[in-house]
Amino acid sequence: MTTPVLTPIADLTARFPGSVTKDERAGYSGFLVAKENLLEVAAAIRDEFGYDLLTAVTGVDYLAENKMEVVYHAYKTTGGPGLVFKVQVDRIDPVTVPSLVNIWPGVDFQEREAWDLLGIKFDGHPDLRRILMWEGYQGHPLRKDWKEPFFEEEVKPFKSRWPDGKHVFAEEKNPFRDNLNFPKNFDPDAYQPEAEKDLYSSLERFTLKSESGLKTDQIVVNMGPHHPSTHGVLRVAVTLEGETIMGLKPVMGYLHRNHDKIGERCTFLQILPYTDRLDYFNSMSNNFGYVITVEKLMKIPVAERAEYIRVIMAELSRIQNHLIFIGMLLNDLGTMYTPSLYAFEERELILDIFEAVSGARMMCNYFRFGGVVRDIPEDVMQKIKGLVQDRLPAKTDEMDRFLSENEVLVGRLKGVHVINAEDAAKFSVTGPVLRAAGVPYDLRRADPYGIYDRFDFDVAVRTHGDMMDNFLIRFDEIRQSLRILEQALKQIPQGPINSQKPQYQVRVPAGEAYGRIESPKGELAYYVVSNGKPNPYRYHVRPPSFVNLTAIEHICRGTKIQDFVALLAMLDIVMGELDR
Amino acid sequence: MENEKFSLPNYNIPEDLETIVAITTLDRLYNWGRRSSVWPLMFGLACCAIEMIAAQASRYDMSRFGMEVMRPTPRQADMMLVSGTVTKKMLPAIIRLYNQMPEPKYVVAMGACASSGGPFKEGYNVVAGIDKFLPVDVYIPGCPPTPQALIAGLIKLQEKIDRQSIKKVRWYDRKKEDANYVPMPILGPDLIDVRRNAEIKQAAAAKESAS
Repeated sequence: MTTPVLTPIADLTARFPGSVTKDERAGYSGFLVAKENLLEVAAAIRDEFGYDLLTAVTGVDYLAENKMEVVYHAYKTTGGPGLVFKVQVDRIDPVTVPSLVNIWPGVDFQEREAWDLLGIKFDGHPDLRRILMWEGYQGHPLRKDWKEPFFEEEVKPFKSRWPDGKHVFAEEKNPFRDNLNFPKNFDPDAYQPEAEKDLYSSLERFTLKSESGLKTDQIVVNMGPHHPSTHGVLRVAVTLEGETIMGLKPVMGYLHRNHDKIGERCTFLQILPYTDRLDYFNSMSNNFGYVITVEKLMKIPVAERAEYIRVIMAELSRIQNHLIFIGMLLNDLGTMYTPSLYAFEERELILDIFEAVSGARMMCNYFRFGGVVRDIPEDVMQKIKGLVQDRLPAKTDEMDRFLSENEVLVGRLKGVHVINAEDAAKFSVTGPVLRAAGVPYDLRRADPYGIYDRFDFDVAVRTHGDMMDNFLIRFDEIRQSLRILEQALKQIPQGPINSQKPQYQVRVPAGEAYGRIESPKGELAYYVVSNGKPNPYRYHVRPPSFVNLTAIEHICRGTKIQDFVALLAMLDIVMGELDR
Repeated sequence: MENEKFSLPNYNIPEDLETIVAITTLDRLYNWGRRSSVWPLMFGLACCAIEMIAAQASRYDMSRFGMEVMRPTPRQADMMLVSGTVTKKMLPAIIRLYNQMPEPKYVVAMGACASSGGPFKEGYNVVAGIDKFLPVDVYIPGCPPTPQALIAGLIKLQEKIDRQSIKKVRWYDRKKEDANYVPMPILGPDLIDVRRNAEIKQAAAAKESAS
């Protein structure tokens, strides 16, 4: 490996003259890489320029130009701005792009998603199957020329609702009188389902071979989608030999609610309530990520008071997320209910605040472009102060005292390896899992957004990367969040809460933006492409749960099945965000 | 049993026997037993499941109504709380769980998504309401319904159970075989509801384009 170059922006085109050009489209940034040189350029970006964390891969379908584009966002785990590079290919089936899975293994699921939803074939991907929809499904839904069965118009607001207001049930317009679309002359009686052959053959290919020398049989066990410990409707197909996990494939999409497709039909403001339902524990954080992305495109300032309100809400959200994490983890370890009841007690108090400011307990829909929608009333402010200064620190300490030295808990968690720093970065793992492995990568410090650069706090980091560290780091983070909250509550100024006038439709100039925040689960990012119209041309969410789960196969192969549930809990996945 | 008025009116039971003897109908006794120990299936789909958990936690405490025994296995559950968006990919699993539940069984559609598809109705992977496949007893509006709303919905279910008659409920109907069995849908090019095969075939043949 050569020494990383410090200023790569100019150098990438100089390093690869001819194959790398600057993206000159108005509002766009980054580099266009020729498809033939992608592997070579990507290897140089990682090894020579030092971008070791490839956070997002997604595709955009430029139907009018007859192009498909794959967009990569690479960052450094030491912090700083990122590098965007893109590959454009002709939109002729099959659309193929070389897979980067050998350079950054973390792209695995994201490339599968791009194949599933956009039909971009990644050459050299070892396991390119559909990921969110099932094998055998018709078409690639995010292509611009693909229409869903309940398709009404390209973009909202639909004329049948506004201004005409003559709505007909979608079922009545569809030939199948339901949310269905079958090919012409389809005969359901003659149809033979594929019965998940692809899944099981892929599971077999990636299963470790037995080395014990004993004559043993391997069995395949399906956990989920209805399973009390998979944190929702995740399904995991596991090959077991005795108690050892020899092979493992997560199956997801059981809560695939077509967030991206619906988002592209909505106006910019209409997407906001949908983001609430991504990571349904942290609607405030989801709002935050989305509004800063669109604000980047719109290039508007945020009202000073609103900046503080945003930080207060995001950090309160982080605290309740981590409390629930601790409660649920203990549930999974066998202490049914009691610790989670403690966690829910505190969570209810925080939800009361969310309800007081936004009107809803969970789906807050509180942020707006340029600020927030309502001010915090003075009595609620006092309540937050009481929580932050007295109740939450004491309760955190109490939970820490009850749990962290418990012999059974320590026995279950200590020394059970999750992931080390090098692998975590390789698999694009972010958030507390990465920091517990010893990488102090927290976007609030590494690439500050909002006003996080004004606060004095430490990035919680642990060194071993075992389950115990993953557990304890949540307590560290709660304490740091409380520190931030205390400062924010002290410094918050009076003033307007939005720099813009309230409006239904915002003007978003053409261009692209990638906005990311440190959500409680990791890096939550949005990739939005606007073409100047009231609706986004492309809207993509990079959910931390989904990308962190890429590492699960690596983490769990060779470990015992008993630890699997706890390891899954450590990644802190939430299905609304994982499947979108 | 203190607050339950079991005795039918018009029977004069001596005062000292009132706590020991009751003259009532079998339906009333049966329904009282059912409604006071509805065991829900521990089954969460989406956002609503979190409010369902909150309803069980200390502040709202669903167990006050005899509903706290969440069963992870459908074989021991009486009530399926469909808490969240039903997707096409998940639907076969839900139908299988429903078919595995013993009678009497009830279905509560919690939230906008389970009732009608909610905000995600237009999505290509979303089933617009679980009632297209399962017989729903109570719909609870909200996105997500608050724990209070959920508990109100469950009390409605109890009221419904109170009015049932053993002779009339569909699961004891001898004329119908498998009155509660719902055939499993198949995941093909799209979701195939096998009860509608003939209709689908006809519509597919009449379709204009090949797309």
